[in-house]
Amino acid sequence: MIRLREMDTIFQNSQRQGRFSFYMTCRGEEAIPFGAATALESQDVVLAQYREQGVLMWRGFSLQQFSDQCYSNESDLGKGRQMPVHYGSRALNYQTISSCLGTQIPQAVGVAYSLKLSAANATDDGRETKKAVSLCFFGEGCSSTNDFHSGLNLSATLKCPVIFFCRNNGYAISTSVKEQYAGDGVISRAPGYGMAAIRVDGNDVFAVHAAVREARIYALENNAPILIEAMSYRCGHHSTSDDSFRYRSVEEVQHFANESDPLIRLQNFLKHHKYDNMTDDDFRIMVEDEKKAILYAMRKAERKPKPSLEDLFTDVYNEMPPSLKAQQNQLNEHIAKYPDSY
Amino acid sequence: MTVREAICEGLDEEMERDEAVYIIGEEVAQYQGAYKVTKGLYQKYGEKRVIDTPITEAGFTGLAVGSAFHDLRPVVEFMTINFSMQAIDHIVNSAAKQFYMSGGELACPIVFRGPNGYSAGTAAQHSQCFAAWFGAIPGLKVVAPYSSEDAKGLIKAAIRDPNPVMVLEHELMYGVSFPMSDEAQSKDWVVEIGKAKIEREGSDVTIITFSKEVGKALEAAEIMAAKGVSCEVVNLLSIRPIDREAIFKSVKKTGRCVTLEQGFPQHGVGAEIAAMIMESDTFNYLDAPMERVCGADIPTPYATELEIAVFPHVDDVIAAIERTTFRTIAA
Ligand SMILES: Cc1ncc(C[n+]2csc(CCOP(=O)(O)OP(=O)(O)O)c2C)c(N)n1
Ligand SMILES: [Mg+2]
Repeated sequence: MIRLREMDTIFQNSQRQGRFSFYMTCRGEEAIPFGAATALESQDVVLAQYREQGVLMWRGFSLQQFSDQCYSNESDLGKGRQMPVHYGSRALNYQTISSCLGTQIPQAVGVAYSLKLSAANATDDGRETKKAVSLCFFGEGCSSTNDFHSGLNLSATLKCPVIFFCRNNGYAISTSVKEQYAGDGVISRAPGYGMAAIRVDGNDVFAVHAAVREARIYALENNAPILIEAMSYRCGHHSTSDDSFRYRSVEEVQHFANESDPLIRLQNFLKHHKYDNMTDDDFRIMVEDEKKAILYAMRKAERKPKPSLEDLFTDVYNEMPPSLKAQQNQLNEHIAKYPDSY
Repeated sequence: MTVREAICEGLDEEMERDEAVYIIGEEVAQYQGAYKVTKGLYQKYGEKRVIDTPITEAGFTGLAVGSAFHDLRPVVEFMTINFSMQAIDHIVNSAAKQFYMSGGELACPIVFRGPNGYSAGTAAQHSQCFAAWFGAIPGLKVVAPYSSEDAKGLIKAAIRDPNPVMVLEHELMYGVSFPMSDEAQSKDWVVEIGKAKIEREGSDVTIITFSKEVGKALEAAEIMAAKGVSCEVVNLLSIRPIDREAIFKSVKKTGRCVTLEQGFPQHGVGAEIAAMIMESDTFNYLDAPMERVCGADIPTPYATELEIAVFPHVDDVIAAIERTTFRTIAA
């Protein structure tokens, strides 16, 4: 969690210095990705919204990989095609982030449906397939999309092992929860769809972990969806394109930062229970070490070459159609003719 | 006056003129719009006429279409036109067609608006042009302003129009300032939908374009003038209906044609213009094959170097002009 906080802070500052065009922190919500990721198995597929980079971090996405993506260099797994923060890794079962809100919700049901079928097939032909769920993150703002409603209903009628994880952080850009819904949060929707649900303190990493652990057992045992609503607070701006003090007060943010910061709460817990006899100095050293590692990865990312033009036309389709081959040849001829300009 | 201010002034004047006009969308009221286009309108007209919604493009578009069937005149803002894809059924299958299907009983005087086309560093899902998409739908009108005068005149015309109108604005133009003529500053200023504008007269080649690309065409025309080639720049303003007369007249005069757009080439606006010319006697006036300058036929990448490679630039326009006018120059 310290690593994530430091990475967010440094990346946000780099964006401000113009090193890349966009960034989003999860400041104040760090307990959510780590609480959830630690309760999942590696075969569980995660479909995130965009503020859940901590799950990838827990699963082993390196600081170098995060940096390469944000700097959009030649090592970026996405080949320089997506905006910063739109991470993805097939190896880590983390579906690439999509900017269009809500789409991940019914898609997570589709993933869970496929996971359910492969688990059923495995018992028939004796192959061993580990049982898996899909876990879908979304913000409370995203729960207003049509995809949310159809996704939840479909998961319940198709009996799919999917965990819907709502990060209720109080805001959707400038829209507060007061304008987002009139009922009791997001959890109150579950009974209408015939679905189990858990509401949890999203700033308590142990509580989040326990909720996801229980939800996973429930989803697999019953082949059924379950909704978790984690109550938290977005301490940062929505993104680097936003200035949140235009619509909320500094005092409000300060209040949450002082009263319920998940990092401070975890540190207090560890100190209280004398875990490893950790002192404030130990925490400080951890912070410094993380900062150094992040800055090192960033500097390396900055020096790497940019993605090559060779990849401009690949992956539009599985096989490159003749029309794109022709365009690629034209481009290559053009570059060969004017090598100094490229 | 910036394009942003011009749109806002147009909205303001029409809201003042007609009580039935109201604005709806995500963050349009208190936040004044993701790109601050609706600045001051919530303060002036209050929450009944400037409405913030939860995040549901399909929901609020459906609601707005329903209210338009029932005598209101909604202006629906999409944070970007990309998000209108989540409401596409309401736009294409309801707003655009119900008047026809109901035998003329259900008119839908609605305006959809938001930034369209490419922006900087926002990649495939935020950065693309939908002019050809919406331009393909009978029942829908589609306009795309370039300057502040265009922007004010077209939003006002769109609001007064009894049909559904899609107004394709451009993020990178909001902050650009243009002079406003006295007429354009008047409350009666409207730009007729369906009429193109000759931005620059010329005699050797016609460049047909719209939205932000008008600026590039004018730049290219300036550079070509220095090389002795006279370019006529046609600012379409309206994608549907499209001003065939203006296109034919200009191409017949110059005998050469280059189209310029940000969208993908296949089934694009330029493709439509090519077909139009082929099917008319204008074809007989062409002295060279027409050229299209478009975005590359791939989803928009993020990395700056790749992004630069996929969108049209002034150099591309000049290269196309030189190809079509080659014989003139060589002669
Ligand atoms: C379909 C669609 N509409 C609008 C947007 C613009 N947008 C991006 S993030 C966001 C707010 C989402 O809020 P929430 O779901 O609460 O997540 P949070 O940012 O709080 O983590 C909006 C409106 C979008 N990306 N997609
Ligand atoms: Mg939120």
